[in-house]
Amino acid sequence: MSAAAAEHDRAECRGDDATHWPRVPVGLVTTLGVMAGGDNSIEVEGLVREFKKGPRAVDGIDLRVEPGEIYGFLGPNGAGKSTTVLMLTTLLPPTAGTARVAGFDVVKEGPSVRRTIGAALQEAALDPMLTGREHLRLQAALQGIARDERRAREQELLARVGLSEAADRKVKGYSGGMKRRLDLALALVHRPRVLFLDEPTTGLDPQSRSALWEEVGRLARDEGVTVFLTTQYLEEADVLADRVGIIHRGRIVAEGTPSALKADVGRSTVEAIPAEEDERARVAEILLRFGDPTQASPKGVAVQLANSNGSLADVVRALDEAKLAIANIQLHAPTLDDVFLAKTGTSLEGAAEDDEQDSDAE
Amino acid sequence: MTLLLNQIGRIAWRSVIRTARQPAAVIPPLTFPLMLMAVNSNGLRAATHLPGFPTKSFLDFFLPFSFIQGALFAATTAGTDLARDVDTGFLNRLALTPMRGAALLLGELGGAVALGALQAFVYLGVGLAFGVHFVTGIGGMATLLLLAILIALGWAAIGVLLALRAGSGEKVQSQFPLLFFLVFISSMNLPRNLIEVSWFRDLATINPVSYLIEGLRTLIIEGWNAQALALGFGVAILMVLGALGGASIALRQRMERT
Repeated sequence: MSAAAAEHDRAECRGDDATHWPRVPVGLVTTLGVMAGGDNSIEVEGLVREFKKGPRAVDGIDLRVEPGEIYGFLGPNGAGKSTTVLMLTTLLPPTAGTARVAGFDVVKEGPSVRRTIGAALQEAALDPMLTGREHLRLQAALQGIARDERRAREQELLARVGLSEAADRKVKGYSGGMKRRLDLALALVHRPRVLFLDEPTTGLDPQSRSALWEEVGRLARDEGVTVFLTTQYLEEADVLADRVGIIHRGRIVAEGTPSALKADVGRSTVEAIPAEEDERARVAEILLRFGDPTQASPKGVAVQLANSNGSLADVVRALDEAKLAIANIQLHAPTLDDVFLAKTGTSLEGAAEDDEQDSDAE
Repeated sequence: MTLLLNQIGRIAWRSVIRTARQPAAVIPPLTFPLMLMAVNSNGLRAATHLPGFPTKSFLDFFLPFSFIQGALFAATTAGTDLARDVDTGFLNRLALTPMRGAALLLGELGGAVALGALQAFVYLGVGLAFGVHFVTGIGGMATLLLLAILIALGWAAIGVLLALRAGSGEKVQSQFPLLFFLVFISSMNLPRNLIEVSWFRDLATINPVSYLIEGLRTLIIEGWNAQALALGFGVAILMVLGALGGASIALRQRMERT
């Protein structure tokens, strides 16, 4: 995905009208809204988790997520993402370090943390024999929501995630996307201030993925919910997250906004393929005015741009002035995979394979 | 207290709904014990001619076994379903709510006991319809149902304990045949004093299941035998307390949260 496309998707997720899922009437936003006040941040210092016969799954991570921010925790399988989420949601005690969620210590104030957070953990944990509505009723009752409020909340959330029509069907007949949406609704029943989503779109089709991104973006934008999202999808982190932390083998190797991280690792490259092969030298001559030569396809010429902002237009203009016919021209902006590669020496996909092999070896 | 009761009620409701929607979990526990009762009460009728056999009707003698077997089926379902909750992460979802561990345990047991009680009424109804005679009358029937429900609670607690320790439905199912074995080496088919094979008689004597069956049986064919009832209720209560204690510890480990 190009940087421009990613920016466009990000803008859609964060700002524009969501069209894939039914919108909630304006009046309902306040009733669904997060609890007023309070600190919605996440602060982590030196967090470690060791398992008895394994390596450190999480090896001393520090991070801070600001209230209302979407923080993308990006890494391959086995990097330590889910272990971190389990610790932050109080389901796994840390071996060392401290973490505060919504102002509460995850070790000393577990019940207070749980009251303020919502979580959709890996794999939608649903009962196939219950209906969507029954799940919401059970969750609302266990969260201690007053009986007279439950029905209204149930209707609101079902409408929000587009499951009103399927509400009375057993979950075993739901698609993967519907299960994920129900999972999200369940996490929102008690109006959490901080939302943890552990690989929420794994296995979803592009349409369901996009719909979920929109809803997560809306939660942060309209309701000020802080979102901690783990993912192994570069595109997801790029499109959805305000800031990204890249985790590799239990350590955070890079952190920042997606654009800052990408800008940090290098400049964009432009590759042009001339329509006539004997014009290759002339095309190269013009491209070299804009940057340093770099590896290209056999028929093409590529340069790494000296200035990554807006130089593609200049390149096109120069080629046009020289009356050179171009068969194809491409701008390749750095991706988060390039960031991962720069920081770890391996691509995200390769790291996933390595980690899986490590797990097998153990 | 109200909140805890509400949580227990919700978990029990879910347990009942979930089981009721799985025909494979409802029909065998209702039909298999009745089928075995029908087969054995006819096929083993000749046993009533043995000198010292306590009744003329093998159906009267055998009916109590149905309660034991049915409760064991219900416990298998409860255990397997709970193990699946562990396996799928549903338990983690529950752990993220303010639900207390006791609510989960008692709710799951409540669901299993509700089904066990339903089964007990069916077995009793079918038994009476086919001519089972209670020497202890209505009071004996009520006492039998009480003991049957207590036994269902005990088996269910064992099911929950196995589920929390194993964490997988398959592992739980693989362990239940051992419990069935325990049931079959009891005094289910003959009074212990009439079992001629000494090792079998010895095993049946040290097998607590024998005392559960005999506690139920005495109400139908003997009368108010205080010793048999005390042993039946005593074993059932010990089973409930032991399994509940173990399940509480297993739940604390399984539902580890800060």
